[in-house]
Amino acid sequence: MSEYTVVNSRAPRVDAPDKAAGRALYIDDIRLPGMLYGAILHSSLAHARILNIDTSRAKELAGVKSVVTSQDAGLVKYGVSPARYDETVFCHDKVRYIGDEVAAVAAVDLETAMEALSLIKVDYEELPAVLSIEEALAEGAPLVHEEYRGNIGAQVHQEFGDVEAALAQCDVVRTDTFRSKRQDGGFIEPQGCIAEYDANGNLTLRSSTQSPHYVQRTIAMVLGIPIGKLRVIKPYVGGGFGPKVAANAMEMAACLMSMKTGKPVKMNFTREEVFLYGRARHQFVHTLTTGVNKDGTLVALKNECYLEGGAYSSFGIATIYYAGSLLGGPYRLQNMKYDAYRVYTNKPACGAQRGHGGVIARAAWEQQLDRIAEEIGMDPVELRLKNMMEAGDVSCNDLKMNSLGMRECIEAVRDGSGWKEKKGRLPKGKGIGMACGFFVSGAGFPIYRSDTYHATVTIHVSEDGGTVHVYTASAEIGQGSDTAFAMIAAETIGIPLDSVKISSGDTEFGIDLGAYSSRQTLMTGHAVKEAAVDVRRQILGVLARELKVDISELDIKDGLIVFKHGRVDFSHVRTRYSKEHRGWQGLPKGREPLTFQEAARIAYLARGTIVGRGKYKPAELGGTHKGAAVGTSPAYGCSAQVVEVNVDMETGKITVEKMTDAHDCGFAINRTSVEGQMQGSLSMGLGEALQEEVKFDQKGRILNPNLAEYKIATSLDMPNVEPIIVESHEPYGPFGAKEVGEGAIMPTIPAILNAVYDATGIRFQELPLTPERVFMALRAKQQAKGKNPADES
Amino acid sequence: MKTLINIKVNGRAWDLAVEPNRTLLDVLRHDLELTGTKRGCDLGECGSCTVILNGKPVNSCLVLAIQANGAEVLTIEGLAGPSGLHPLQRAFVEKGAIQCGFCTPGMILSASSLLQKNPKPGEEEIRTALSGNLCRCTGYQKIVEAIQSVGERGQG
Repeated sequence: MSEYTVVNSRAPRVDAPDKAAGRALYIDDIRLPGMLYGAILHSSLAHARILNIDTSRAKELAGVKSVVTSQDAGLVKYGVSPARYDETVFCHDKVRYIGDEVAAVAAVDLETAMEALSLIKVDYEELPAVLSIEEALAEGAPLVHEEYRGNIGAQVHQEFGDVEAALAQCDVVRTDTFRSKRQDGGFIEPQGCIAEYDANGNLTLRSSTQSPHYVQRTIAMVLGIPIGKLRVIKPYVGGGFGPKVAANAMEMAACLMSMKTGKPVKMNFTREEVFLYGRARHQFVHTLTTGVNKDGTLVALKNECYLEGGAYSSFGIATIYYAGSLLGGPYRLQNMKYDAYRVYTNKPACGAQRGHGGVIARAAWEQQLDRIAEEIGMDPVELRLKNMMEAGDVSCNDLKMNSLGMRECIEAVRDGSGWKEKKGRLPKGKGIGMACGFFVSGAGFPIYRSDTYHATVTIHVSEDGGTVHVYTASAEIGQGSDTAFAMIAAETIGIPLDSVKISSGDTEFGIDLGAYSSRQTLMTGHAVKEAAVDVRRQILGVLARELKVDISELDIKDGLIVFKHGRVDFSHVRTRYSKEHRGWQGLPKGREPLTFQEAARIAYLARGTIVGRGKYKPAELGGTHKGAAVGTSPAYGCSAQVVEVNVDMETGKITVEKMTDAHDCGFAINRTSVEGQMQGSLSMGLGEALQEEVKFDQKGRILNPNLAEYKIATSLDMPNVEPIIVESHEPYGPFGAKEVGEGAIMPTIPAILNAVYDATGIRFQELPLTPERVFMALRAKQQAKGKNPADES
Repeated sequence: MKTLINIKVNGRAWDLAVEPNRTLLDVLRHDLELTGTKRGCDLGECGSCTVILNGKPVNSCLVLAIQANGAEVLTIEGLAGPSGLHPLQRAFVEKGAIQCGFCTPGMILSASSLLQKNPKPGEEEIRTALSGNLCRCTGYQKIVEAIQSVGERGQG
């Protein structure tokens, strides 16, 4: 039996009934009176100088209310990391990718806005473009940004321990290069927004964002609006996974045109524009050199990485650091060197996507560890058990694991999958593979340098008692944060879940950095808990005085007041409450237990509206090296997975048949939600491993900007996952909770790669494993065999 | 040039004047303000605009409003009865089949169509019936389980 009544349960999500009924409002479901419709003119060339923009004919079109370019928006630079503010709302000197924003129009309807776009004449001088890492780094390559020589927008060089010396001592040293492809977020709801400028000069932006706070700050800075006059509201959001964190040019164009016209302006991305905007997973090329001793002890890792970043930095500065800092762990590796280069190209910008920066590094390394295990004749599970970190360990790059259920995860998937019976014993074409991973529970630092709280929360108690209302600026984007926070508030105060209401996603409700880096449960959860403790303390404080007992005598459970040491006469409190509710039905009466409702009312009468306040920012975190801010976190989730595949040896088609996943989330606030994050993460990882790739032609045009040709996993691609929740009780998490939203994707790709090797004997060093790629590899292997029959093993 | 059409949506008859290039999705979302039907791609790929047209699930972004003249349409708003949510909707809530919720209306309608034809479908039949409805959040498993639970109870 759980000691808890609300948390750790499978309570249905608080937003699910509205979503099931079709009543939940997303951005495109909202219409305001007199609303205009906006659209963006995108660059049609990958790289060109802008010679002239003529908007006169667009402005003359009947129904057009506003046409804006860089002349209206100004040239304030913005981005994600202040060190790399490299975007302006609209292009002014040149365009850097097909899709770059050149102008925007607002009109009485979308058709008129689209027609107006076709009337804007832009004179370009086309420039040679760079469309790959290799082209961008070539001697004398055209520069995407003149100020970044060699098209290197960022580079990182870190070393912990002495890698060269350590490698020289190793029994086995392997070097492998692994190449991934650019991803799309693949969320089902395209981005949209509505800007509304009122007669008092207040601007309200409703947007399908993952971070109202970052959007508010960025737009206030770019458009020069006092932060108190810009309110950002997030309605229900149809998935984000990273690309919806940062402020975008569409939001700024809508704000600008609403300010110019005094009318609300609505703008939406088409599915093609979702792809053009991008900001999802980079392409990574990792060259990893790992050294081990014969007994399997991991000794050193050298990680060289190139990231294809597209035309702007977006989240890329964090990405390049994560692609280094999320290796090493969850193993006790003492020597690690990281050299990385983020390269500008004339393609849409890349940014953050689930498992930010770490997913491909993890795929490359966990496959390499499998190769090493084979070389030294060790079971891959044993190799990982031998090297894994435990609670209290600190990684070589200063990441401290205050809790870490790595062993429990590995053993759970080993035993849950039947690993020992299956590994090496499956028929040809069938294979089993495993991998591990870990991830931050929230970035330790905000994306801009600041001492800001990461979350502030208030809980208002209704003056009539009985219900409480949690206000938070956090972002429910589908992950279930609203439900988790309502559960934390209910458990902490001691009331049923249906006595809690929650309003979130509004900058008027406080500060919250938003839904990214798997931070909401731990960070906002802390602030909710603190606010709930405050509510409890205020109410019980008044009650204790009224009843002339010590506050320590009182508790609240299931909405009832509990007297720890025998009954106390509370009849005067009950009488007072009853008198205030003459004529009401269902009031507590007689000797029935005293209710939270009555106590809350008494507290209100004594103190006015009861408001509990909570806040959170991480305590001091480890690491003093450059870049230590990316990767440090108050806590780390970890996971292990075993995947079983079937490879059709004739066609190369891979079917993932079974996935066993164990994740240490510290403590499951909501068990169903934790499983949902695990299953969803695996589904994204599966798509990325087998199917997903944003493809470009020679001109830099996206060849597959749609969900038919960019193939995310369907219900037929995903097998059932056996989710195993491991709870290591994180000392720095609310109720012991830490992340699950992103860490769960970490082992998926390498577990698939390792299973495919087990099935085919082929190591794939390039994603995705499409039937074509697998077929060609099978054929090559067959031909090699034919030529050299001795190579039968 | 607008054309007059007559359609029955969730049991209620409408006379509407529509442009020939307007989709059923546009008419549902804009003219009738039934925004439970979602627009995810406008290309018939994601399935979030699924509605039931004359008993069959369709991508309403691929159906012209004038093609729906004389037809009966069921949207997510019409699925719940006077006593509350439809058993499928309740199962989606209880089984954790909903995360961001954007694919949910289309998923539920595809599932309801399946259960009409096949009240006790197996897992493969459910997965096949949902294969035109994309979901990026859930990995589909809890959706499949929710539909199975309704099938087993014979409530579809």
